[in-house]
Amino acid sequence: MAISDTAAIATRASNTARAGIVLMLAALAIAPFVGLYPVFLMKALCFALFACAFNLLLGFGGLLSFGHAMFLGTAGYVSAHAAKVWGLPFELAVLSGTAAAAALGTLVGALAIRRQGIYFAMITLAIAQMMFFFYLQTPFTHGEDGIQSVPRGRLFGVFDLSSTLTMYYVVLIIFALAFLLIYRVIHSPFGQVLKAIRENEPRAISLGYDADRYKLLAFILSATLAGLAGATKSIVFQLASLTDVHWTMSGEVVLMTLLGGMGTIFGPVVGAFIIIGIESYLSDFGEWVTVITGVIFVVCVLAFRRGIVGELSAWWSKHAG
Amino acid sequence: MKRVRGSLIAVAIAGAFAAGAAQAQISDNVVKIGVLSDMSSLYTDLAGAGSVAAARMAVEDSGIEKRGYKVEIVSADHQNKPDVGSAIARQWYDTDKVDVIVDVPNSGVALAVNQITRDKGKAFLVSGAASSDLTGKACSPNTIHWTYDTWMLANGTGGAIVKTGGDTWFFLTADYAFGHALERDTEAVVLKSGGKVLGKVRHPLNTQDFSSFLLQAQASKAKIIGLANAGGDTTNSIKQAAEFGIVKGGQNLAGLLVFLTDVHALGLPTAQGLILTNTFYWDQNDQSRAFAKRFAERDKGIHPTMLHAGVYSAVTHYLKAVEALKSDDGTKVIAKMKETPTDDPLFGKGTIRADGRKIHPAYLVEVKKPAESKGPWDYYKVRATIPADQAFRPLKDGECPLVK
Repeated sequence: MAISDTAAIATRASNTARAGIVLMLAALAIAPFVGLYPVFLMKALCFALFACAFNLLLGFGGLLSFGHAMFLGTAGYVSAHAAKVWGLPFELAVLSGTAAAAALGTLVGALAIRRQGIYFAMITLAIAQMMFFFYLQTPFTHGEDGIQSVPRGRLFGVFDLSSTLTMYYVVLIIFALAFLLIYRVIHSPFGQVLKAIRENEPRAISLGYDADRYKLLAFILSATLAGLAGATKSIVFQLASLTDVHWTMSGEVVLMTLLGGMGTIFGPVVGAFIIIGIESYLSDFGEWVTVITGVIFVVCVLAFRRGIVGELSAWWSKHAG
Repeated sequence: MKRVRGSLIAVAIAGAFAAGAAQAQISDNVVKIGVLSDMSSLYTDLAGAGSVAAARMAVEDSGIEKRGYKVEIVSADHQNKPDVGSAIARQWYDTDKVDVIVDVPNSGVALAVNQITRDKGKAFLVSGAASSDLTGKACSPNTIHWTYDTWMLANGTGGAIVKTGGDTWFFLTADYAFGHALERDTEAVVLKSGGKVLGKVRHPLNTQDFSSFLLQAQASKAKIIGLANAGGDTTNSIKQAAEFGIVKGGQNLAGLLVFLTDVHALGLPTAQGLILTNTFYWDQNDQSRAFAKRFAERDKGIHPTMLHAGVYSAVTHYLKAVEALKSDDGTKVIAKMKETPTDDPLFGKGTIRADGRKIHPAYLVEVKKPAESKGPWDYYKVRATIPADQAFRPLKDGECPLVK
């Protein structure tokens, strides 16, 4: 009885989640026509993808990386360079950036997963800082100026991406595919094992799972998807700059994930839209934006620790269940 | 009485017609000026809120609003980040109906805005940024580079220093577009005049601690340490050089870009004797003094730097062109601005070249000794005037694709 009950609840939850995904994508598809500025939406989508990738590692693997900006930024620089200097078309430029992030993720992951908790965070932060200074000094990134005027080009040589709407739908499709991939991973046996490791690593090992292998795979996957976000972002905004590799970017993605709801599927998306929304629409307040986001973070940690989506779904299951 | 009323009605009708005619070509019926500047960081004193005040004064002085045009000014902080600046510019053009962006102190941001403005067919009046690339290989039919540039600074200050015996140089350079351009242009002048460059070191933008860079400069034994940086970076490096006893040790500092507000921040005891190049000084004539007085009342007592004056002058000329064309179409207005000679109370008469370079004289000035100064803001004595035709890079040397 207990088993069939659990199964029923699981089915209902996954049905709700699927309905939620369809609703979210539909809302995003019509968003430019209800007066939302497409460039803002593209930025929010890139960061939503970045936060989802980060959430895969933190929310489902229990690994707090404090250097995820290096994957975002590396992919951004590589794809901007590929598109501008090597003249690669959009899809190849994005792929090469993503591949670079995957390669970097493999190296950093292999090193970092040997430690846990705060030490894991410190190793990723240290490597991210090294990468920052590397990008600050190497000539191809053009220092503070960044790689500017990156051509958007044409998708598959057909769709002209200089049109904002075309670009928006390409970004939306990239986001949707990556989001569905993450959803699939979380609900696969791999995801189950990952969650088991998060809850109790020694127990997962005693059951015969190679915890390090699972953690490394999750790390690489997260780095690759963060790279996809960075590569897309640099082509959309035609600019790859130091902001994307700075440590504050690593902090921002933690904030987005926690605010939206760590370990939930929609949380990072909600968090990213809120943070990017605050930055864009309150930009008149200048430096105060940092203070405002700081206050929101404090309130979030004090008052709703599960994040917005986490609290909502807890409330929902209490009342509906 | 009747006649008065009659003529009032006539004026009103004429005004309505004029307004109707004027608004026909003005997008959204409003000429919208976006002042994109550094509102919070190392360049905020020399541009920042003062640039917004200068733009507003230009609009008021032009009297254009009395003739039926609506002019609106918006401002934003680019935080010296190209990504922030370009996002603002894009949004201004796409959704906020901004017609022209002015100021932008920071060459990295300015180059990004330059490209976006060109893609969107709007207008960009650079007062704050220095890189001579804006009228060189990055020149655009939608951009006018108003106040000064790195070539002018290099030839003014750099040339003067080499002539007085400063023939070995070490550069302390802000590591972004502006610093690179200033270093490149100054190095060319030094080499051409028979000097030597012994070394260079690059520091990140907005650095607080210059000790390791200054020690390298000291060890180079160069006679002149050229500061290819600006704003807070310049004042910090000059102050810290004093702490290291660099000037007492026989080396001299060359501030390649020093603003009035920097001298004010340093104080005359530290800044005295610095040689610098400027295109505007508030204590030049009655008109500039009157402007400075009004400006200081609006901007916390700060006297206008050449960037503030540049914003005023550029907006004044822009509004004239808008009125002449009865249109605020970016590409057309910039073309009109280029073909019309400029004339304003601050820079006097001038012209704008095909590559977008505004031409006016430059002044080589020396910072006064504390005893010579009559009070706050009385800082400069003019040593030489560089005539307009020699102050800026010759048109043919710029490699601007617009010039055939």
